[in-house]
Amino acid sequence: MRLVLEPRAERSVAAAIASPLIAVGLTLITMSILFAFLGKNPLNALSVYFLHPLTDSYSLQETAVKATPLVMIAIGLSLCYIANVWNIGAEGQFVIGAIAGSYIAVKTQGTDAGAWVLPAMLVLGALAGALYALIPALCRVRFGASEILVSLMLVYVADLLLDYLVRGPWRDPHGYNFPTTAEFDPVATVPILIEGSRLHIGAMIALVVVAIAWTVLGRTIKGFEIKVVGAAPKAARFAGFDADRLVLFTFAVSGGLAGLAGIIEVAGPVGHLQPGFSPGYGFTAIIVAFLGRLNPVGILIAGLFLALTFIGGEQAQISLKVPLDLTKVFQGILLFFVLACDSLILYRFRLITTRRATDGIA
Amino acid sequence: MGLLDANLLQAIILSVIVASTPLLLAACGELVAERAGVLNLGVEGMMIMGAVCGFAGAHLTGSTLLGTLAGILAGVAMAAVFAALTLGLAVNQVATGLALTIFGLGLSGLIGAGFVGQRITRAPQLFIPVLSDLPFVGPILFGQDAFVYFSIVLVVGIWWFLYSTRPGLVLRAIGDNHASAHALGYPVLRLRAAAVLFGGACAGLAGAYLSLAYTPFFIAGMTAGRGWIALALVVFASWRPGRLAAGAYLFGAVTILQLHAQGAGLGIPPQLMTSLPYLATVIVLIIISRARGTAGSAAPASLGLAFVPDR
Repeated sequence: MRLVLEPRAERSVAAAIASPLIAVGLTLITMSILFAFLGKNPLNALSVYFLHPLTDSYSLQETAVKATPLVMIAIGLSLCYIANVWNIGAEGQFVIGAIAGSYIAVKTQGTDAGAWVLPAMLVLGALAGALYALIPALCRVRFGASEILVSLMLVYVADLLLDYLVRGPWRDPHGYNFPTTAEFDPVATVPILIEGSRLHIGAMIALVVVAIAWTVLGRTIKGFEIKVVGAAPKAARFAGFDADRLVLFTFAVSGGLAGLAGIIEVAGPVGHLQPGFSPGYGFTAIIVAFLGRLNPVGILIAGLFLALTFIGGEQAQISLKVPLDLTKVFQGILLFFVLACDSLILYRFRLITTRRATDGIA
Repeated sequence: MGLLDANLLQAIILSVIVASTPLLLAACGELVAERAGVLNLGVEGMMIMGAVCGFAGAHLTGSTLLGTLAGILAGVAMAAVFAALTLGLAVNQVATGLALTIFGLGLSGLIGAGFVGQRITRAPQLFIPVLSDLPFVGPILFGQDAFVYFSIVLVVGIWWFLYSTRPGLVLRAIGDNHASAHALGYPVLRLRAAAVLFGGACAGLAGAYLSLAYTPFFIAGMTAGRGWIALALVVFASWRPGRLAAGAYLFGAVTILQLHAQGAGLGIPPQLMTSLPYLATVIVLIIISRARGTAGSAAPASLGLAFVPDR
């Protein structure tokens, strides 16, 4: 007896909607087993992870705060992945955007610079992220070098540049030698949406990005081009679509969004530049993009769900005394199941016995 | 003065070999997997699992050998997950590899939490009698630990297997055209699974080397991108074992030279020096890919493509 995949004639719509839900369900079951191994009551642990954050308004707002960068980055990545190019260095573009935007904040520190500071920071952050993403894109288009490896190597380089800046030239002189810049001035800080919370304008920007992506993918020629190049490169060539230019386009957009998310994160919830200000948003966003099935609305939901795991992970660390790495394990398992369940959309599983198979041949 | 320089040079060469070996071990496994047509981006994740399980095994049993076996098994287990998804369910290999790395980094942190700060005895150097007493070259060629010798054996073994044996030929055929190989009756998925598991074993061994010989302790994320550099090395080597060894030693040399330059205090920011291996990877990828642009790609033609046999 063996398991055989049969390609479906058409993509199954029911499976497309069900597969992320099945994946989440299987992940929760796996996590329960893992919790039991760690000696925790699985039901109690799962409720700390996923239900407690939903019960108080502070955690709800924090979930939105953490979902903001995840959704923005994942939207950009989804464009790349739909076009079948692989930007996996969003974490680096996120950091570079934060660094470039912070440049203005650091240089105008303590001066009476006006309201132009924050918009300039956001623009510079997005530009820097886009340029940084264009490096692997150009390497791929001009030289045929793997964009996967180049974009990933640049993550390490960006992290080291950040480390250098906050330990060296940009270090807060009154910061007791801690590797961080001074707290940004109010004009260099992202405005808060609700008084007394950390929910900021960035959440609105993320929603706008989702809406734009939804329109572009569903209603414009560019969106069509992205889909065709990804799904049928030969047909795209006949249609006159330039695949190379699309690689540059999708990388620039995803890098720009990651850079924008980076500077918003630093000028918003964090408030200053410091090493390790990102808990790996650029990598988690890859999971968000796939869990959302590369669909803008799906990504919004998936972003909120994974943000929840960050909050739940922090709460579980405090109340259950489980390591924070459990959240990463959870995210990895989730991605495994999401990808496995995606197979359901393209293939039908069939168990066949060896005897029947030989009958078929005879 | 001349004697001092010779000592320094010898020390540098020894440390280059030590830094190169984990890259070489991991890249060897990936080379075989890619020659079979499977792109496994999870090397970093398999490697860090090898590191933590290798350390845990050695710490709990007190035996370097058992620790090494634990590391290899961890790599194989991770690769089995990858094989089940990409070969069994025809899932996208790039995405699955990424998931494997994210998962491995997380799980290794979870397992390793209890072992951080513990120490074990470093894997012993095997001094070959008489020969290791030779001046200068003795310690370099005949005073290494078992991992280093094994990595050389591995390169030669893979070279022999790929180019001089029938299964090696079949493996390459599967990587270059899985449809034809299937039509000829070769078990594409089964051979690919074997290649992926072999890759996992090598990555696990490379990880175990890091925590058992390179530094006799475990810290979270101690692979520091070596798995990714190993992937780049396979491209660098044009999927050939001989060039792979040369590339690994080149990268090991870059790593060590930046350490020595930092020690010498040249006034260059240490972060710039630390980023050298990563920048070097990018530059090498560009040069190699560009040179190949004129000569045609050396990559296995079916690399990274899912295969679903029609019955």
